[in-house]
Amino acid sequence: MNRYPLWQYLSILAVLLVGLIYTLPNFFGESPAVQVSPLRASLKADDALLERAGNILNAANLNPEVVTLDGNSVKARFADTDSQLKAKDVLTAQLGEDYMVALNLLARSPQWLTNLHALPMYLGLDLRGGVHFLLQVDMKAALGKALEAATGDIRSVLREQKIAYSGVVREGDILLVKFRDADARGKGEAELKQRFSDFALSKKEANGEFLLQATLKPEAERRIQDSAVQQNLLTLRNRVNELGVAEPVIQQQGVDRVVVQLPGVQDTARAKDILGRTATLEVRMVDEEHQISPGAAAPFGTEMFKDRDGNMLLVKKQVILTGERINDAQPGFDNRNNEAAVHINLDGIGARKFKEATRENVGKRMAIILFEKGRGEIVTAPVIREEIGGGRVQITGQMNTMEAQDTALLLRAGALAAPMEIIEERTVGPSLGADNIKRGFDSTKIGFIMVAIFMIGYYLMFGTISMLALGANLLLLVALLSMLQATLTLPGMAGIALTLGMAIDANVLINERIREELRNGVTPQAAIHAGYDRAFGTIIDSNVTTLIAGIALFLFGSGPIKGFAVVLCLGILTSMFSAVLVSRAMVNLVYGRKARLVKVAIG
Amino acid sequence: MEFFKIKRDIPFMSYGRYTTAISLVTFLFAVFFLATKGLNFGVDFTGGTVMEVHYAQPADLVKVREQLGGIGLHDALVQNFGSSHDVLIQIPLKQNLAGAKLSEQVMDGLRKQDASVEVRRVEFVGPQVGKDLIENGALALLLVSLGIVGYLWMRFEWKFGLSAIIANLHDVVIILGFFAFFQWEFSLSVLAAVLAVLGYSVNESVVVFDRIRENFRTMRKAGVAEIIDNAITRTMSRTIITHGCTQMMVGAMLFLGGETLHYFAMALTIGILFSIYSSVLVASPILMWLGVSREDFIKPERTEAEEVLP
Repeated sequence: MNRYPLWQYLSILAVLLVGLIYTLPNFFGESPAVQVSPLRASLKADDALLERAGNILNAANLNPEVVTLDGNSVKARFADTDSQLKAKDVLTAQLGEDYMVALNLLARSPQWLTNLHALPMYLGLDLRGGVHFLLQVDMKAALGKALEAATGDIRSVLREQKIAYSGVVREGDILLVKFRDADARGKGEAELKQRFSDFALSKKEANGEFLLQATLKPEAERRIQDSAVQQNLLTLRNRVNELGVAEPVIQQQGVDRVVVQLPGVQDTARAKDILGRTATLEVRMVDEEHQISPGAAAPFGTEMFKDRDGNMLLVKKQVILTGERINDAQPGFDNRNNEAAVHINLDGIGARKFKEATRENVGKRMAIILFEKGRGEIVTAPVIREEIGGGRVQITGQMNTMEAQDTALLLRAGALAAPMEIIEERTVGPSLGADNIKRGFDSTKIGFIMVAIFMIGYYLMFGTISMLALGANLLLLVALLSMLQATLTLPGMAGIALTLGMAIDANVLINERIREELRNGVTPQAAIHAGYDRAFGTIIDSNVTTLIAGIALFLFGSGPIKGFAVVLCLGILTSMFSAVLVSRAMVNLVYGRKARLVKVAIG
Repeated sequence: MEFFKIKRDIPFMSYGRYTTAISLVTFLFAVFFLATKGLNFGVDFTGGTVMEVHYAQPADLVKVREQLGGIGLHDALVQNFGSSHDVLIQIPLKQNLAGAKLSEQVMDGLRKQDASVEVRRVEFVGPQVGKDLIENGALALLLVSLGIVGYLWMRFEWKFGLSAIIANLHDVVIILGFFAFFQWEFSLSVLAAVLAVLGYSVNESVVVFDRIRENFRTMRKAGVAEIIDNAITRTMSRTIITHGCTQMMVGAMLFLGGETLHYFAMALTIGILFSIYSSVLVASPILMWLGVSREDFIKPERTEAEEVLP
């Protein structure tokens, strides 16, 4: 009655064995490593790069323990942080700017385990240290930008088609195109309808003017917002690459939010500076017709900005170029006076527009405005000495080398489509991360030992079996977490401890049932059978309710809470397996063979 | 070894009036404190900045406060955290200060005073985030409650689902009441613990309900109260042992898990203790008053067939 067929024992054993293999990597710990990844899409991390990196390291006598190709990067592991740092310097110097060299940690587990994709658990930021940012994309600004661009385009289309109009103005979310008569408006409407399919047009008359109202269609609005988030994601990826972080996470969250996680980053100020700065560059002409009168508003069609020295300057609203037209930007020096400079390389359209603007405005001043957090600052307002063709531009201003470097970095990484703001930050220092691991581990260990002492004392043999089953549960849970590479957070570790505490419930239920059956005078074999049989329904019911809570937490939780929910749900599944099947198999092995069992050790 | 050798069933149901009165009083107290004192929401929900910094030598809180006051943060809360070397700084959300940049300003200031200061943790939560978290938390609570009622309805009967969820929401309110009374910080992880308790303490009711259902089938002559008494008495040993074991784990977290896990474990502890009580002494009386009967499980034998026959 209490025997399993051989295949059942074997399959349980096989599951435990697989669990053991995937748990193993967690015991080897991690070593310092460097990671080399190509920064350009055209470059691939391949065997050639592997060999090159290996040669560079060997030439520098750094003796890496392992150099491997992993995904789209080459990783080299070292015995100590000293050689890791040296290796980073050597590789950065010799591989050049096309590759990113970042510090990382690499599992020390043997190669055969890595080949089986058996990796240690993926630790969350609260355990390994690092920064988590949640950024909000300013959608209103993205739409405003699109409307502003459309204003200019509508003007040029009407001009091209020689349709008489008296003005295009933006009022909030509405563009108003003004015509002198109904006839011109009719023509204009036909033309705009054809060219600007994103806009819904409607006619209106006011103050003797014939107006055409253009508003963005909802689907166009959605598309603009979506592409704004996508462009910002791309830009953030580039910027993070410049920071040199080994395993960054950059993801969209919800409609208008972006999560950025930078494991191991210490210098949060710099990270924040580079991520949080919503630098967009605009090139506009300086307005020299009007005078600045203190306290008065800027004349129509112009805006006032401060330059770096705090002087006010009037600048026309019309934009010649935006940061999107910038292909590349590098810090450097002006070869005439050795002043720090930024060299900008424009794309085709940008170069053409820039050439036109400089040709028409020789002798006038042009302002290059850097917008950060909605505030513009004039980086420099040089006088245009000649027509600049070919798209190669040099900016010099009152800046030092460091500023030139940062400006170039931001320009190179591309402009954000819409400004972003950090709305959540969580930084965990490395020492706290290590402490958290220790605390989580210690509390699980102590709790487990206490439960074990009690269970074995109280239920004797059945208690021992229950604890072995609980051990199997822990093994399978850790194996599953390692296999899925689910992020383990501190609440996740608490979840491990909690599920272990809860999993013992199944065994207590079974053991109590067996005792009760024995008290009722049933033979030991029948009591064991009835105990497992009857407790099973209850175990299922009580686990399902906890599973419901776990799933809800997973759906609505964020960050660390999600980690807790994952562990809770997985823990319930492994505990059902181990408490019912594994412990039953052991009981069967111990007692099942004896035909005439008189007494069982259940306390 | 055996702790519970109970020969006769304990007449829990005849105490129903008292236990319900006790629950009602604790419940009302909890509601009272929630209403008057309110929860001390952590930075996760209110928004603001929390920083944990570590000094090489015992920290001088007065100097830290002075420094913060110097950069306009007079309302910052500065206190020791865990040890005399660790300082926790809480800064409420303000419109005029650049939220995310604030922690850098503070650190620059503190470094000027003492270069050994080291950042352990920074949490900045903007005003937009907190609102979302509260909404999601409430939604999760609702979903868990409905899910549990639905499941128990399916597995047992609506009376069971309803009485279990009343008993467990009563636990949740009491946990919240404790947090309001002691003004412990209510953070995101405490919310997770509360929801986990909801799922966990329903277990307790489920085990008792399972027995009640079984008893309706086996104890043919017994009355409803007797059946419930027997079910509770016979599962009591399991109840105490299971919760004892879970509490050992949670207790280890409470004392060894550090500050982050402390209130998480605290919420679990209160939840575990009250769930023992509520599943036995709240859920079962409610179940009885809802009029649970043998017919809910065993369909009355059909008699129509006989009547039709001539």
